[in-house]
Amino acid sequence: MSKTLSAILVSIAVAALCANTACSKAVTAQAAVKEGKDRKPAPPFTLKDSSGESVQLAKYKGKVVLLDFWATWCAPCKVEIPWFMEFQQQFKDRGFEVVGVSMDEDGWSVVKPYIEQLKINYRILLGNDEVGQLYGGVDSLPTTFLIDRQGKIASIHVGLERGKEDFRNDIVKLLETSHAASGAAPRDTLLASAK
Amino acid sequence: MALLLATPCLRAQNSDVLTVATPDRLSIKRGASGEVRLKAELRAGFHVNSNTPADEFLIPLRLTWAKEPLEVEQITFPKPQSEKYDFSPNPVSVFSGTFEIVTRFKAPPSSKPGMAIVTGKLRYQACNNKECLAPKTLEVRVTADLQ
Repeated sequence: MSKTLSAILVSIAVAALCANTACSKAVTAQAAVKEGKDRKPAPPFTLKDSSGESVQLAKYKGKVVLLDFWATWCAPCKVEIPWFMEFQQQFKDRGFEVVGVSMDEDGWSVVKPYIEQLKINYRILLGNDEVGQLYGGVDSLPTTFLIDRQGKIASIHVGLERGKEDFRNDIVKLLETSHAASGAAPRDTLLASAK
Repeated sequence: MALLLATPCLRAQNSDVLTVATPDRLSIKRGASGEVRLKAELRAGFHVNSNTPADEFLIPLRLTWAKEPLEVEQITFPKPQSEKYDFSPNPVSVFSGTFEIVTRFKAPPSSKPGMAIVTGKLRYQACNNKECLAPKTLEVRVTADLQ
């Protein structure tokens, strides 16, 4: 076997090996909204909000949910929060909710002042490693999941890979997908109201 | 062949964004002072907050040492870099690339002569231009020859 052929075979084998789950990143960005048949159920969890109330993800079934894993120490997360506040305001009456899951180890002592400082208008829950693992480890923040009305993950965004309008388009697409069944506004109306 | 195939994955799983080289052995006389230099290296594209970040919510780089067998006289961080990133309208106080943290220790006169291990913890929080990683604490060890 020539050296060149050996090198090619080794490269192919390494690539194949590294493509398995043990070696690939736990959560990888899937920018596009998946087709309905390719979506997997969002893992259920129960976490507490800042008032101490236990909140189940299942409570949001029937709505499109933007589930944002973030932390107060994560500067890129701070860029997205105003976008999500805007989406919460604009789409809340159309069956949409933003849910933030803070991964701060120091808990509410740091999260509450941050919520107040940024005047966050959506629900924040305090996350933990267990929930992080359910969602693939969430090694990098921000990591955002868009969940459809059936409680299935439609897209995953890791880091500041996409802009505000990309998020908005994905949300509108998900709201639109189920508008025929729910009687919600069609796409043009949704986009126009979002401008 | 199997070893060749496995190596890149193992490296990827075990790799840390920040690594610290094993510091040189510190030879120090009882009652005297001596310096230890920790050489840290960050993976390309990543930075850690400096020891004095401007934003109150950012996690500073912090080095702490066990109280024994040596006393810490001073910890000196390098001058931070002021860098601009996509996620911040203002420059951020960071360290990137390679940098050194110098600790000045004093050996108490009552120290027992011989070899000793000094343990410390380096707490850091790393980001790149788009995302951040959870804060981590790295254990560091210095071998001290107390004379």
